[in-house]
Amino acid sequence: MHAITYEAPTTLDQAVSILKTHGENARPFCGGTDIIIQLRAGVRRTEHLVDVKKIKELQTLSFDAKKGLRLGAAVPCIEISESDVMRRHYPGLTEAAHLIGSLQIQNRASVGGNLCNGSPAADTTPALMALGARARIVGPNGEREVPVEAFVVSPGRTVLKPGELLVELLVPAPAPHSSDAYLRFIPRNEMDIAVVGVGAALTLDGDKVKAARIALGAVAPTPILASKAADALIGMKLDAAALEAAGRAASEACSPIDDMRGTAEFRLHIAAVLTRRVLSIAAERAKKN
Amino acid sequence: MSKKTLVEATINGETVEFLCEPRQSLLETLRDVLELTGSKEGCLTGDCGACTVLVDGRPVCSCLMLGVEAQGKNIVTVEGLAINGVLHVLQNKFLEHAALQCGICTPGFLISAKSLLDRNPKPTEHEVRYALAGNLCRCTGYDKIVKAVLDAAADIRSQGEGKAAAR
Ligand SMILES: Cc1cc2nc3c(=O)[nH]c(=O)nc-3n(C[C@@H](O)[C@@H](O)[C@H](O)COP(=O)(O)OP(=O)(O)OC[C@H]3O[C@@H](n4cnc5c(N)ncnc54)[C@H](O)[C@@H]3O)c2cc1C
Ligand code: FES
Ligand code: FES
Repeated sequence: MHAITYEAPTTLDQAVSILKTHGENARPFCGGTDIIIQLRAGVRRTEHLVDVKKIKELQTLSFDAKKGLRLGAAVPCIEISESDVMRRHYPGLTEAAHLIGSLQIQNRASVGGNLCNGSPAADTTPALMALGARARIVGPNGEREVPVEAFVVSPGRTVLKPGELLVELLVPAPAPHSSDAYLRFIPRNEMDIAVVGVGAALTLDGDKVKAARIALGAVAPTPILASKAADALIGMKLDAAALEAAGRAASEACSPIDDMRGTAEFRLHIAAVLTRRVLSIAAERAKKN
Repeated sequence: MSKKTLVEATINGETVEFLCEPRQSLLETLRDVLELTGSKEGCLTGDCGACTVLVDGRPVCSCLMLGVEAQGKNIVTVEGLAINGVLHVLQNKFLEHAALQCGICTPGFLISAKSLLDRNPKPTEHEVRYALAGNLCRCTGYDKIVKAVLDAAADIRSQGEGKAAAR
């Protein structure tokens, strides 16, 4: 790896000021599970790493039944999968965090870094999108909030401007009779990148769907929201026909590529299958809430 | 050349001060600066686990952590398992069960296994396999490693019971 400098500020103000000083030559640094590999391989370059893990706001994990979840950008995946609150209220997002790498990786990798890395196949991003999460960003010009579905703009690129950093993810409180789920397809049991990943969140009213969001990863240049597929479910009973239609509509929202992990055709097929399955799982969970 | 940074950390129970460049991984720092060559380099991409060390009790890939990040941390490497030349029960069980051939993966497996047993002294076979999923071995076929860890767990438990009975 080429020479770099490293700083570990303890406040947001310090972090923003360091990032601002170095502009395009600096990058936030969190668990390092993407950035260290990328710097070593020379696919990203930066002169200055700004470690964000010591900033209190980025390490928050707090849940309020009315206000919902505040998930600090630097919270490692392991903390999510070991949290009873997360398992109880956001099982889909918890599943996605739990799928990332091995224990060694989960001890370091953050959900914030998973999003900021901007991979189309990041597992936690569709799970956050399904939940309607918003990203709170701080930078030299103050604060802004961006819905997670608008955060990644192209493979490896996000809305973050030089000097800005992701502080936390704000996830709405689950409505009564609602829940979420996430599934991905990989060719082996562990340690691979999604061929397709699907997250869904549902709210039920009796046996009818009151609200639905479906998001897919690894099927387009960025993670996508399948709004048509989700909207068509509103007011419907989640029977075989409705699931079939939702799967088809989700698949139609995809624009996948062929690569070593799967062909475009296979991805379109799997997108429909996983969409049906996550919706069924989310519905079963929602009935109990 | 960027400047070297002074880092103070606890490594295998001892407070250590060392100089490293910010671009150096913890693995490079351990091996090249501190001459603790037990931790191995396999892939440098977080896949093989040969570089696994404990940081504040949690297993991490030292190839994906910077040496400068060790500041103030408690780090345990494979060199920290044996005490005064007496092998850790996991090390004895690896020998007994022939759970290694070339041995390059062994330090990582030992550290992952220690982390599991520190947390869960009564793991199921499934739990052992899950805890070791981030460690690759191209020689043993894993079965002997899993058996060694389960046997070490049983040993630790019976020692614990022995101690409790003696009290
Ligand atoms: C062996 C292995 C297996 C993996 N398996 C999976 C998997 O199954 N599924 C999956 O989705 N991913 C997987 N990953 C990738 C996953 O570990 C990363 O995407 C991780 O979540 C990134 O988080 P980090 O904290 O390590 O980020 P870093 O590597 O520190 O940073 C990643 C990027 O985000 C930026 N960044 C980080 N934090 C912030 C912030 N607060 N504000 C602004 N920018 C920021 C950095 O500048 C950098 O560009 C795997 C990685 C490895 C090495
Ligand atoms: S060398 Fe670190 S995981 Fe392979
Ligand atoms: S003993 Fe050779 S890699 Fe495991």
